[in-house]
Formats: sequence, structure tokens, C-alpha cells
Amino acid sequence: MKEVVFYGAGYPYEAINDIPGKLIVLEGTDCAGRSTQVQLLKQWLEGEGFGVSNTGLARSPLTQPGLDQAKAGHTLSRITMSLFYATDFADRLENQIIPALKAGFYVLSDRYFYSIIARDVVRGSAPQWARKIYGFALKPDIVFYLKVDVPNLVVRAIHGRGFNYWESGMDIRCADNLYDSFCIYQSRLIELYDEMAEEFGFITIDANRSAQEVFEDLQERIRPLLDETQ
Amino acid sequence: MLQPNTCEGKLIVVEGIDGSGKSTQINLLYEWLRAQGKSVYFSEWNSSGLVRSTTRLGKKKHILTPTTFSLIHATDFADRWENYITPLLKAGVIVLADRYAFTAFARDVARGVDRQWVRNLYSFAIQPDIVFYFRVPLDEAVNRIMSSRVKIKYYEAGRDLGLSDDRVISFRLFQKRISEEYESMIEEFGFTVIDSTLPLRVKQQQMRQITEETLKGWQGLPVPSIEKGDTA
Repeated sequence: MKEVVFYGAGYPYEAINDIPGKLIVLEGTDCAGRSTQVQLLKQWLEGEGFGVSNTGLARSPLTQPGLDQAKAGHTLSRITMSLFYATDFADRLENQIIPALKAGFYVLSDRYFYSIIARDVVRGSAPQWARKIYGFALKPDIVFYLKVDVPNLVVRAIHGRGFNYWESGMDIRCADNLYDSFCIYQSRLIELYDEMAEEFGFITIDANRSAQEVFEDLQERIRPLLDETQ
Repeated sequence: MLQPNTCEGKLIVVEGIDGSGKSTQINLLYEWLRAQGKSVYFSEWNSSGLVRSTTRLGKKKHILTPTTFSLIHATDFADRWENYITPLLKAGVIVLADRYAFTAFARDVARGVDRQWVRNLYSFAIQPDIVFYFRVPLDEAVNRIMSSRVKIKYYEAGRDLGLSDDRVISFRLFQKRISEEYESMIEEFGFTVIDSTLPLRVKQQQMRQITEETLKGWQGLPVPSIEKGDTA
């Protein structure tokens, strides 16, 4: 049985010691192609006969309505946003991810707390404060960092959902227009992901390539985990 | 763990378990300060409009764990901190808070979260100029709550911890744990202990005297003066 490792104190009120499932995290900036890869991986793993559960940032039933509402207004400040996202993450971890892992599922997580830290720190939070919030977080089996250069992110943003207020960091107004602000904001995030890649042991994947090429790369790196499970 | 107060304003908070009489006292202090012509703002625990619907949902459906209970209350505090308390302290206002970070340190640890973890959550906040801690014998506090309210709510009674199937026993056990956490913080955070069993007026006199000493020689933000004849 593998050892359950947390980034800090974990859950002092509840012993968690048997989680046969695997936690696979896809990290990276906005428009890096994470959700496409989650879909491809899910189909593949289910085809291999594994139970798969997926989850993503800001999707908890507890916080989603309130967080959406807060983001629609103009009073959501840095620390509040940080802790609101932490609540969302904690709710999904305890109520979705850990139960699924206990049941032996593969959990594909579209982002983990690393993204929340990056966003906090870009907005001025103390890096250590932000990290210590996640002392309850489980250490994943694998974290893939889908890395895309800013020019490619711009192409994907424009041909995707367009520039979004938050994804362009307009709340901190990196520039006076969405395009420049997007470029500055995303470049800062990439710098932070690069630093975290070393700190948290991410596997960096060149995601400037086609979705199929990235998918094959991911498959190759996930296969050894499947052998462990079988 | 908390930051020093470098703002022009003053921060005064009351803490203690449910039924310790702290809310009555802070309201009296508020009226007294206002009557003296001070700029005063009052902030209550768990009152952010931005977070309210989420907390309500979690409590209603009983889906909060000790970790998410702690985080959602920290989010509520952060919103009040960033949008009200900090700007007002900077402007030179006296901010009175009915419960502060210490409520989370006591209650969330009683629920089972890690002491240092919850202290880190609130480490952006400042150490108040005065913390009035209302110490009350457990039975007295429980009796006060039992006689004043129809029903103790699920999380207030700590029912989520499974301490007892009986609501009153659960409430008592939970409050006992919280009380122990408060007691251990007296020195850590320099609480001013107020004996809750004293008569109401005596407690208020003590608080006013201590507040007066803290505010000696301090001006703060003026209140706009109303010219005579304007109201005619």
C-alpha cells in the first residue's frame, strides 16, 4: 500500500490511510489545453477499464454559486478571492477527490492548488502564506505542467472564448487594455509555474504542439502508473 | 503571528464562548464611544454579504467539514478585512469587532484543524489594541443559551463532530473545548480577561476605563460637525 502524503498537517480530525486510486493533475495557464487533455485521458483510461473521475477549479457545489456571483461584482479583493478559491478546493478534495481515490478511481484534476497559489502571488500575496493554506492537500501521484508560450496562448484565446477579464488580470490592470494585460499577466504566471515546477516536481510538457502529440506524450508517462494498479 | 497595528485607527475586539455576554458589552462600548464624538465602526463575525449565501448553503445542507468551515469563515473575515476594517483603520476610525480571528483559533481547533494552520490563515490581520476576553463558567453560559434560544443550530452545537447524539450534551462538550482553547490564548495574544459573572455595569466600567487608557492623547478621525441652525 502506498503512503498517503500531505503538504502539511492534512486532516488531524480524520485518518486517511488507504487510497488505492491515483491522482493525476494537469496544471498550466489559461488556454493551455488542459480540459481537452482531460477529456482524451478520461476516454482512454475508461477504455482501459479504469474508473475515472474528473474535477476542476471552482466547480464545487458549495462555492460555485457564491464565487460566480462574487466574480461578477467589483468588490472581490485579493485575500478574499484567495480564501474563496481555497474553500472550493478543500470542498472538492474532501468530498469528491479523496472519496473517489478511496474507491480506487483515477482522478483527473484540471488544475490543483498550484494555480491558486500562482494567481495569489501575482496579485501580491506572500508566497509562504499562500502555500501554508494548502497543508491539507494531498500530494498527487503525477503533476503535468502543460507549458505554452504567450504568443500561442494569444492565438488560442482569440480563437477560443476570447479575452476574459480575470484571465487577462484586469482586476490588477497589468495594462490599460485586455491584450497587453493578458500578455503581461500570463507571462508572470508562466514564470511562477516554472519556479513551482522545480519546487513541487511537475513534469513539464511542451504543450505548444498539437493536442494529439501532447496526448501521446501524456499517455506514455501515465502507463507505468497503470502497471502499478493492475 | 498577527501583524502590528501601524494604522492611525484603533482596533478593539470582544471574544468568548456563546452566552458569555460579550455582545451586550461591545454594544454599550460602541454607544459610549459615539457619545464622546468618536468615529466608530462595528463589525460582526460572519457578516460579509459576499460570502453569506455560500456559508448558508454549507450550513443548511450540513456539507461543511472542519476544513471548509474554517476556510469559509476566513473568507468572510477577509472580505470584511479588505473592504471595511482596513480602510477604516487607515482613516483613523475606532473599529469594534464582535469576535475576531481568535474565534476561529478557538472554534476551528476545537473542531479538529491544526493550530498552526488556522493561525496562518489569519496572519494577514493585525493584533488588536485591546482584546476583551469574557471568561464564564461553562454551566452558566450553557444555561444562558438554553433559556434564551429555542434551538441551538447544528454547527453551533458541534453536532458535526459526533460528540453526542444529544444536542445539549454536544453543545456543552463543544463549548468546553472552545473554552480551553481561549484559555490557552490569554498569554499568546495578550487578552484582557473580564469576569463574566460580575454585574453588567461593573464589566462595562472596567472596559471603559481600559479603553480610556488606550485612547489617552489620541485624536482619530473627527466626526463632521453639525452647525447650529442647520436642522431648523
